[in-house]
Amino acid sequence: MRIQALVKRIMLQMFRDKRTLALLFLAPLLVLTLMYLIFDGNDSELRLGIIGGDERLAEVLESRGIELVAIDTADDEAIAVDELNGLLEITGAGADLTLENSDPAQARGLQAQVSQALSQTDGSSSTNTDGTVLETDYLYGNEETELFDVIGPILVGFFVFFFVFLISGIGLLKERVSGTLERVLATPVKRWEIVAAYLMGFGIFAVIQTTIVVFFSIYVLDMVMEGSIWHVIVINLLLSLVALSLGILLSTFAGSEFQMVQFIPLVIVPQIFFSGIFPVEGMADWLQNLGRIMPLYYGADALKSVMYRGEGLGDVAGNLSILALFALVFIVLNILALKRHRKL
Amino acid sequence: MDHVIRIEGLSKKYGRQQVLTDINLSVGQGQIFGFIGPSGSGKTTLVKMIVGIDSPDSGMVTVMDRQVPNLGLLQDIGYMAQSDALYPELTGKENLVFFASLFGLKKAFLKERIEYVADLVQLQEAMDKKVSAYSGGMKRRLSLAIALVHDPQLLILDEPTVGIDPELRQSVWHELLDLMGQGKTIVLTTHVMDEAAKCEVIALVRDGGILATGSPDELKRKFGASDLEGVFLAAGRDAK
Repeated sequence: MRIQALVKRIMLQMFRDKRTLALLFLAPLLVLTLMYLIFDGNDSELRLGIIGGDERLAEVLESRGIELVAIDTADDEAIAVDELNGLLEITGAGADLTLENSDPAQARGLQAQVSQALSQTDGSSSTNTDGTVLETDYLYGNEETELFDVIGPILVGFFVFFFVFLISGIGLLKERVSGTLERVLATPVKRWEIVAAYLMGFGIFAVIQTTIVVFFSIYVLDMVMEGSIWHVIVINLLLSLVALSLGILLSTFAGSEFQMVQFIPLVIVPQIFFSGIFPVEGMADWLQNLGRIMPLYYGADALKSVMYRGEGLGDVAGNLSILALFALVFIVLNILALKRHRKL
Repeated sequence: MDHVIRIEGLSKKYGRQQVLTDINLSVGQGQIFGFIGPSGSGKTTLVKMIVGIDSPDSGMVTVMDRQVPNLGLLQDIGYMAQSDALYPELTGKENLVFFASLFGLKKAFLKERIEYVADLVQLQEAMDKKVSAYSGGMKRRLSLAIALVHDPQLLILDEPTVGIDPELRQSVWHELLDLMGQGKTIVLTTHVMDEAAKCEVIALVRDGGILATGSPDELKRKFGASDLEGVFLAAGRDAK
């Protein structure tokens, strides 16, 4: 009953605030579209598994800055186990290159390097004047995979997280600053009822936003979608629940809307760095581990698995349970944080 | 007389600043009790502790024989804060319905109470307007209406008549006296001396302490002053 009254009020307020609604629903679409239009590739160190081939080829490849790993049998699992960017198999007839293709720009670079190295060695040994035929396969995606397809899922998760965080945080903050929170606490409402109502009230908007963003990304921006769209929505909803509870928790430590905005560079921006948009493999171990405390890291990984690799919810259960744990911890902290206003 | 509020040895610090020092007092059933003092003297902190939305460092507050804070007790208290604390995006009626629902008012009774309090503060015509379009005085009246909506036994009003025109102020006072006649207890804070004169009992608050308590006439006699302003000055001198 009380929760119902709180939820109804939150929704009424949101519906009357057209600009905030527009920000919540349209801004992610706008930014995603822009990202889609401007994104370009990047470089990093390449690891290539190799089967067969002579020393000369190996030398040339290594001189091109490619790290070589000798492999016994050719199967796709080796790529995952040895964390390879690609697998090159030299046979009598020619060469087979399987690209991991999680990062299409990287994959294309590797393909070019291998092809050049092959023609270089061919020319000097002149055993095969027609040039070695390079057959290329892709573990994930295909030759048309764009970088945006890979980081797209991460961006979807990020924008859902960011906008829900901001709007829910400022929502509770407004109550704190205007004194209405104090007034609500002067009624017999329980602290958990307030937190639950906030989660529900803003949760409804988060559901709508998530659905719009996901459908827009897949059907309008034509983002790669190997898994089930419902799984993508489930992951994003869990992510927005974390953002919602984190947003209202951090609003406790802000004295004004501006101070809430100050949390963006502190809390939101670092999460982008570790979400997988930028390669983290080259970073120091402790820095990589820093990503493990960030909710977006798990959300992005789950989204990438489902949207790009076509895995199901079962495959990302680990990520999902960590996200649920984040949400639970933030919710409990929220209930405790309201103690600052009223002990009961 | 029964004591509705009892305060014993109440002290509070915010950081290093001592806001209240060893406050002891009691408020009787059916009284209009006024805390009078300059801004920053600790009046607001004191009334918040009676409601239970701020907690003392030491000492105890008992309201209607229940120790504060107490959730059930909040059902019997109507609190109006110094800031209007309204939702500007909502209409006056939506604000009232929201708070009335938090107090668990049932539909028929809720409707009846909302009509009654809207009439009381003369806001019937503005009920369907958004609060963002209200004037300062209208907001203050709506805020008062919210404090009354659940028919509480104890009213705690922090500066209730600031920003209200004289005519309305008079009707608010008229209403307060009426409520007192129904056996309700009213605690208010003010820094306007002539308003304090209308209270049955007043407590002079300064620098987080109570200088004197009593009826306005008693205090005037005691300090040999012709008005409350004189009482305040004399009491201040005595305290030093």
